[in-house]
Amino acid sequence: MSLSSHEVLKIAHLARLSIDEARVPDYARDLSNIFDLVEKMRAVDTHGIAPMAHPLDAVQRLRPDAVTETDQRALFQSIAPQVEAGLYLVPKVIE
Amino acid sequence: MEWEVVIGLEIHAQLATKTKIFSGAATAYGALPNTQACAVDLAFPGVLPVLNEEAVRMAVKFGLAIGAEIGQRSVFARKNYFYPDLPKGYQISQYELPVVGRGQVEIEMDDGSTKVIGVTRAHLEEDAGKSLHEDFHSMSGIDLNRAGTPLLEIVSEPDLRSAREAVAYGKKIHALVQYLEICDGNMQEGSFRMDANVSVRRKGAHAFGTRCEIKNVNSFRFLERAINYEVERQIEIIEGGGSIVQETRLFDANKGETRSMRSKEEANDYRYFPDPDLLPLVVEPAFIETVRGTLPELPDEKKHRFMTHYGLPAYDAGVLTASRALADYYEAVVREVGGESKLCANWVMGDLLGFLNKDGKEITDSPVSAVQLAGMLRRIVDNTISGKIAKDVFEAMFAGEGDADAIIDKKGLKQITDTGAIEALIDEVLAANPQMVEDYRSGKDKLFGFFVGQVMKAAKGKANPAQLNDLLKQKLSG
Repeated sequence: MSLSSHEVLKIAHLARLSIDEARVPDYARDLSNIFDLVEKMRAVDTHGIAPMAHPLDAVQRLRPDAVTETDQRALFQSIAPQVEAGLYLVPKVIE
Repeated sequence: MEWEVVIGLEIHAQLATKTKIFSGAATAYGALPNTQACAVDLAFPGVLPVLNEEAVRMAVKFGLAIGAEIGQRSVFARKNYFYPDLPKGYQISQYELPVVGRGQVEIEMDDGSTKVIGVTRAHLEEDAGKSLHEDFHSMSGIDLNRAGTPLLEIVSEPDLRSAREAVAYGKKIHALVQYLEICDGNMQEGSFRMDANVSVRRKGAHAFGTRCEIKNVNSFRFLERAINYEVERQIEIIEGGGSIVQETRLFDANKGETRSMRSKEEANDYRYFPDPDLLPLVVEPAFIETVRGTLPELPDEKKHRFMTHYGLPAYDAGVLTASRALADYYEAVVREVGGESKLCANWVMGDLLGFLNKDGKEITDSPVSAVQLAGMLRRIVDNTISGKIAKDVFEAMFAGEGDADAIIDKKGLKQITDTGAIEALIDEVLAANPQMVEDYRSGKDKLFGFFVGQVMKAAKGKANPAQLNDLLKQKLSG
């Protein structure tokens, strides 16, 4: 399976990655190689085998519903670029 | 051209846990911004989610209440998208294997007819934070207290055929989650939010039309208006030769219309995949049985019991069991009065709900307690006051003027039950209206009401109505 330049750009956009346009063909080739490997694996007959959700054969441990976290806003916000009135400020986003 | 409307609802119910779904941070509403957002909620590097047992218990409880299959093995997945109120860049949700599978609820329409609505699934996921777009000079303010709050997303089948059915279904689920005590149902605070998928098709067609999704509707009134507007809009487009574009729309309550949410709709591409940070969730049969043992009496069962035990008509039973709080209030009134279940129902459904509605209050904020209302009803039962006077007493109680007995005393509202006193009033009225008396006796039966009114007026409304009627009849015929 070979990936088009258009698909590479779309994937980069979905992942919010800024990539050098000149390198798009390289990415397309490298990613296509990975897909080729996936294609080979898909040739294996997996009929009747439940998909694996996790490599470990274990189940989720559950946590009791008790508050264990204290307010550490000042500490967390000490590394934020901009805060005001307790809020994190980010470039305006509006639908 | 006849059109058929097809609606499916997705309901997000915030689960009433003390802590987040994947962290030990508190979920209390109204805390100062970001004081309940811990390292896990903020997606600091290296943190790991640990699932809240109570959220699982609540989801299972809901599943059992709608007769659904409980997924003994369910899987959490990442739903990838970028938005500042979603620090991880993905929302942890359930995709292919939800904890609650197919179930159903029965809705009842105003005309008494019922319909079974399928629930496709209900799955656990985390809520996002909140973005505030005003007051920050071209910046947006982000509060992540809500990030990680557990949600149960309840997805219906496209079984709903009108806005009214959608509202009836929404209300049913709303009542159910509160009965189960898994969600506080507070719509103003966003604890219960609805998305409606709406499409239309020509009557008799099998294929569904292209649908639009109306996002984040937070009241039943808006839900009905939004759907009706959307249906009209779609029919107009199709009849005008156009076609519907699948998109997400928002309901603007001020304008009463829906509008497209994004100018250039980017096809949603969430790239779901199993979250490697979370192992599969296995719900053991013993766990399910323990939860089953905690199920309360559900709305349908309660309604049935109200009909058989209290002898109430189906309509009354339906109104009184619409919320668990109202049903509890009613039962407390009957218990206090010691019977008179129909009288109690009339007062709870009539005056009490009427006054509460007018003030925009919930039953839980009622200024008149069940004990107080019962205290007044006992005075009707023992003939201290008439039903008519009781309305004034109730109004005074609602205004906070005290208990019924105090009000009756203070305002001198005690009913006149002394035969002699009522007879004296009747004699006065008859003496003052000789012509009317003659007309009545010569066949003008309708005048009876006039005499009742006049005597009642002379008694300042306090004469016992039944006694007044009897005595007046005797006097007029004599």
